[in-house]
Amino acid sequence: MLAQFGFGVFVLTFLLALFSVGAAVVGYFDKSDRWVEAARRAMLLTFPLITLAVLTLAYLLVTGHYELQYVYSVTSNDMPFYLKITALWGGQAGSLVLWSWLMSAFASAVTLRKWERDRELLPWVIVVTSVTLAFFLSLSILYENPFARWWQTTAGDFVPRMFAPAGAIPLTPTDGQGLNPLLRHPGMIIHPPMLYLGFVAFVIPFAFAIAALVTGRSDDRWIRLTRRWTLVAWLFLSLGLVLGMRWAYDVLGWGGYWAWDPVEIAALMPWLTGTAFLHSVMIQEKRGMFKQWNMLLIILTYALVIFGTFLTRSGVLSSVHAFAESAIGPMFFAFIGITFVTSVALLIYRWKDLRAEVEMHSLFSREALFLLNNLLFMGVLIVCFWGVIFPLISELVTGQKVTVGPPFYLRANGPLFGALMALMGIAPLSAWGRSTYKTLGRALWKPSIPTVIVPVVLAILGVRNWIALVGFTLVAFVIFVTLYEFWRSWRKSILKISRSVQWILLILLILLSIGFVVWIFLDLSNWITPVVCMLLSYFLVAIWLLARHNPRRYGGYLIHLSMVVMAIGILGIEVYQTTTQKTLAVGENIQIAGYTLRYDSLAQFPYTDGRIVTRAVVSVFRGEKFLGELYPRYDYYPSGQPMTIAGVRSTLADDLYVVLVNWENVSAAQAPFKVYHNPLVNWLWIGSLMFIFGFLVAAWPEREEETREGKI
Amino acid sequence: MRTKNIILLTFYFLLFTASLIPDVAVSAQQPTPSDDQVNAIARQLYCPVCENTPLDVCPTTACHQWRELIRQMLAEGKTEAEIKQYFVDYYGARVLSEPPRTGINWLVYVVPPVAFLAGVTLLFRAFQTWKRPAKEPITGADHSSSPGSGHEPAKGSGTAADDEYVARLEEELKKRN
Repeated sequence: MLAQFGFGVFVLTFLLALFSVGAAVVGYFDKSDRWVEAARRAMLLTFPLITLAVLTLAYLLVTGHYELQYVYSVTSNDMPFYLKITALWGGQAGSLVLWSWLMSAFASAVTLRKWERDRELLPWVIVVTSVTLAFFLSLSILYENPFARWWQTTAGDFVPRMFAPAGAIPLTPTDGQGLNPLLRHPGMIIHPPMLYLGFVAFVIPFAFAIAALVTGRSDDRWIRLTRRWTLVAWLFLSLGLVLGMRWAYDVLGWGGYWAWDPVEIAALMPWLTGTAFLHSVMIQEKRGMFKQWNMLLIILTYALVIFGTFLTRSGVLSSVHAFAESAIGPMFFAFIGITFVTSVALLIYRWKDLRAEVEMHSLFSREALFLLNNLLFMGVLIVCFWGVIFPLISELVTGQKVTVGPPFYLRANGPLFGALMALMGIAPLSAWGRSTYKTLGRALWKPSIPTVIVPVVLAILGVRNWIALVGFTLVAFVIFVTLYEFWRSWRKSILKISRSVQWILLILLILLSIGFVVWIFLDLSNWITPVVCMLLSYFLVAIWLLARHNPRRYGGYLIHLSMVVMAIGILGIEVYQTTTQKTLAVGENIQIAGYTLRYDSLAQFPYTDGRIVTRAVVSVFRGEKFLGELYPRYDYYPSGQPMTIAGVRSTLADDLYVVLVNWENVSAAQAPFKVYHNPLVNWLWIGSLMFIFGFLVAAWPEREEETREGKI
Repeated sequence: MRTKNIILLTFYFLLFTASLIPDVAVSAQQPTPSDDQVNAIARQLYCPVCENTPLDVCPTTACHQWRELIRQMLAEGKTEAEIKQYFVDYYGARVLSEPPRTGINWLVYVVPPVAFLAGVTLLFRAFQTWKRPAKEPITGADHSSSPGSGHEPAKGSGTAADDEYVARLEEELKKRN
């Protein structure tokens, strides 16, 4: 009964979304506010309705209604409550429901804003969001229905259907299969919603862009209105990617975080265009240039968002034939085609209206460097897109599948990422408008001096790998440029602040310093932590001083810093990762990168949720010094699915990552271990945290802007 | 003639015997290849059954057997290239981490650089078109936008551009009214 109710709500919401599309179009062409208002209200109503359907599904999941195929496939009696809730997006049907839910939430949030000033955009924003919503709802209703239940047909087959096939009898299993063990990790619980939040939030700037195209608004109003949305979309997409990396590192047991898998690349592609868009819109806002390019970028981002969902949901990655056989695949393909062609046609129609207001004067101006940055992002996109679709083309043309793996992506994207880092250092020092190589050179020489010392020092320390030398030099360059920018701006702003604030600042710094000196003297052996905290707190005070007046600029710099900190981790693991594998008898050792690991014991025991845990105890030594124990393990779930959890010793310098190799023969007497030494990898995660902080600063409201723009 | 035949037969016999000796010697001396030696090759191959999983970390039974096969082939003295070729012959080019550089596969290597170079050319041409002799006077706003100043320049860089901007603005306002 509840399932029928949920399904009915879906159908009703789908009809409402269609109605809002029709009403918005009629309202626009008839210039009827009543129709537009009707469209808006219909759009607003979709959110509580889908929420109702989602709550119904959540209830069915929690209460174990295994007669429903979706509930059966993602939950089981032994799963804890929170996992039953997260199972909502643990399967294909559920994740499509999540898409629709977020879409209706975001679209409702947009339609709730004050529309007096931009009334003409409203109908088309509703049309785009409602069309997208209706498409995803149609997938849930027609092909991936989470409310379909099990039936046994007269032929004895078990089929999931919403309504009873002729002569079929209903089936009610007493237990379900349970959520895929790999999806039970905290990273994987949060990763899909984060990605989807990012994906769906990008629909909003796209909707405003289409609205601007249809209505012929050639100004940058749509960009200013959706700036916060774009930032939020970018944040969530970035976090989704990082969480996915962390999940892969923790759960997949192959010692890495990114495998250039098509599913990963599917999420990376909209991030690439989104990042290019974030930079490019600044040029339109400040110089009135690249209007056509910005439109194209947001159209591409939307298409790639849908394409990413299509890649992971249609089965096309396993085989083009699987795609052709799946019902959902051709639907996606058609939707991407129609929306992309329509959007591009609109852009071509408005092409002339979107010409730049000013011309570009210098190859060294900031806008020119931003354009170069866009070109590099597009280069990475081309490599990724081509690498993902080439196996499909090969299969279609020759009938033979090929693999396009990490060596291809690393070779092609490595130089592009390097160039992007160099630009990250140069662009902040160039000026908008007119900038010559002389002015740029004058700004660059100071941070360049410490930069050139870095490769020399590294070479003296024994670094011989040229990728590492170039990479770390670029990292140092960006760090020096950013700190130099902070220092220059800070010096200027300290003079501008009022005397009273200067006094407060001085007292604050003195108190902080006293506090840290006391901390250092309390435990002289551990002086590094308070010193690092002290420097960090001074840096935060300086950031606060600067970001008060231009949070976007300094938040952006912090994000640049976070990116190069992440690059330190990536360079460390990509260039210097080492690995070894050996089967050890109890008491035997394995050596790697100066560490010695001794196999001490192995235990096997059942866990409360039904899985059988096999856990080894490994002692870690550096020379003669005992550093601690690691507990690599693998879990076998009742469904027969294994999960490998590495034992990891993590420091700022390196990770020691030990896997109990469950795919070889394991016994208490002897067990095979695979050990990875991952230098500097922790900086990848530290950079991610810095990224969030930088984002919060960048998105901090600017008081003048708030009143001027009437933000949504 | 007979003596010649005997000499020839003796030569062939010796040659045959000699050809056996190194094999015997190798199999007698070759230790079992270590996991690291096996993985060095396995990580360059992809599981023919699973999606995008390198052979060295694939947990399936089939992959376990394939790793043992690599070990056996290494013990037999096969080279890395021979082992990889064996897998390609049996399971197709998809076991390699990159498409072999033959036929249509060349496209995977050629298209991205060509597309990128096309982008660079397009951008360079656009720059040449945009970059006009700077005859218009520079506004104060542009002077203020020194590197790192944080000031936002006004859109337009000269009087002519400002006029054009104002004209466009008026046009926009008319449209909206």
